Amino acid sequence: MYALEVNGFHKVYDNESGQKTALCDVSLNIPRGSFYALLGPNGAGKSTLINILADIVRPTGGSATLLGHDLFTERAWCKRHMGVVPQEIAFDPFFTPREVLHFTSGLFGCIPDDDWIDELFARLELSEHSAKNTRQLSGGMRRRLLVAQALVHKPQLVILDEPTAGVDVELRRRLWSFMRELNANGTTILLTTHYLDEAEELCDHVAIIDRGNLLTAQPMSQLMQQVASSHLWLQYDREIELKSDDQAALADFEPRLTTEGICLRLSSDTEQQRSNSFHAAYEAAVARFGPPLDAGVRKEDLEDVFLRLTDKHGDDACNP
Amino acid sequence: MQSMNLLGAKTLFLREVRRFLKVKMQTVVTPALTAFLYLIIFRYAIGDRHVPGMQVDYFTFLMPGLAMMAMLQNAFANTSSSMIMGKVMGMQIYLLMAPLSALEVVSAFLLAAVVRAVVVATVFLAVLMPFVDIGMQHLALIAVYGVCGSMIMGGLGLIGGMWARDFDNVAMVTNFIILPLTFLSGVFYSVKQLPEFWQHINHANPFFYLIDGFRYGFLGVGDTDPYASMAIVIGSAAATFITCWYLWRIGWRMKD
Repeated sequence: MYALEVNGFHKVYDNESGQKTALCDVSLNIPRGSFYALLGPNGAGKSTLINILADIVRPTGGSATLLGHDLFTERAWCKRHMGVVPQEIAFDPFFTPREVLHFTSGLFGCIPDDDWIDELFARLELSEHSAKNTRQLSGGMRRRLLVAQALVHKPQLVILDEPTAGVDVELRRRLWSFMRELNANGTTILLTTHYLDEAEELCDHVAIIDRGNLLTAQPMSQLMQQVASSHLWLQYDREIELKSDDQAALADFEPRLTTEGICLRLSSDTEQQRSNSFHAAYEAAVARFGPPLDAGVRKEDLEDVFLRLTDKHGDDACNP
Repeated sequence: MQSMNLLGAKTLFLREVRRFLKVKMQTVVTPALTAFLYLIIFRYAIGDRHVPGMQVDYFTFLMPGLAMMAMLQNAFANTSSSMIMGKVMGMQIYLLMAPLSALEVVSAFLLAAVVRAVVVATVFLAVLMPFVDIGMQHLALIAVYGVCGSMIMGGLGLIGGMWARDFDNVAMVTNFIILPLTFLSGVFYSVKQLPEFWQHINHANPFFYLIDGFRYGFLGVGDTDPYASMAIVIGSAAATFITCWYLWRIGWRMKD
């Protein structure tokens, strides 16, 4: 069963310069209990999608269900079971973090649970700041307070829209450990982040969108197995130039210049193909640029796959 | 049919009340000081002069109107400042994300505005009571006009806050619409003192009925029949409530 099913979300913004399509019929199925990464460059449409789910933005088209409940006809039920950490830091300058969590619980129809609130403060390292005015909190503390607000009513789906921007490395690690625990206890988590290494480590599913289009959506392991390939890198003691005849000669290996030399993509379907590809690529590179100072093979990580998919997508947007 | 989120509505109401109680200087001390200043200016500078056509001295005539004016302005400020603060600080999204219906949100906001108006009027009148006999001849009229007036202004504050993009927009509504309408509503004069043309103009100002009916409740004298005007006031309060409910429901100027 899916925690969240999004069918054909479409959003067109009307602005002064005309119409801007932010989402082009995006459909996603987020399995119950999954840790799901929603990735995309800035302006890809991630926040628009999340804001539609959170009822901050009205969709132009599409439908969705949360745990089998229609998002638009059973809004109140869905809101009670969803917690959202917004991308922008928002804080109420009149109240303390404890008061803010009491009010947020109440607004979501829950009697404030002080034990849970204390645990949230402890896990998010806000205990000693819980009685201060929110104006006295640093940016990182305010962001952690947003995480606490999203969790205070114990939702079954937690949506984190870049929750670690501006949070230091140590705290990020602890936040992720807390999220992993929640996920292990059955909470479904939808995460957007620009820290792709964290997404790769944390998430079991991934979707990549760019310019409002869904490029891929699949289990992380499947994506890394099927899409991620290996690269042969070659280091030179001089600057390498990729002329048009070099491009043509190395076209099978999608050559890419690096700071130290050149990088060639190896075929990754079978062990035999990889081996043949390695030899062919190495020989082709040596034929064009001479023997390298150093060379090696590296497996693509999520960031490489992300860049490749979003680069390939180019200007192929549904914007009019 | 989805169940109501009464706890959510109650929480929003309490949050709005606690918000204005956190700024006591504005909500409690300021009206007390204003009342004291009015006392000095109008009581001692103007003396015992009577209002033409009414058997009350000018200071006694002024007090209920001034109290109502303070109620109206504070009710407007309560909702409009909360809305615009929420927009500027980004907190408004928590109201949009919460499982609250438009009916629950609008009821909570308007009830909190009424509470602030009542607190302000109570402080204002408490300061003046030792110096003037404020009457309170018709308590029911005082309650109906006070509550309806505060509801109307709380509603207008909510609409103004939804419309505004920044603090300047709210100041514009306050200074160019609310302030002239309250000052030209008969707080400082009886409309019978005005030329006929201006009397007609005054009768087109909805705030005039609020001030006049509220004053009648205290003093038993006024420019219009307060029971006839009640229909206008209750109708205006209902229309404001429905407008707020509709605008919140469609997310006017809040949802893209």
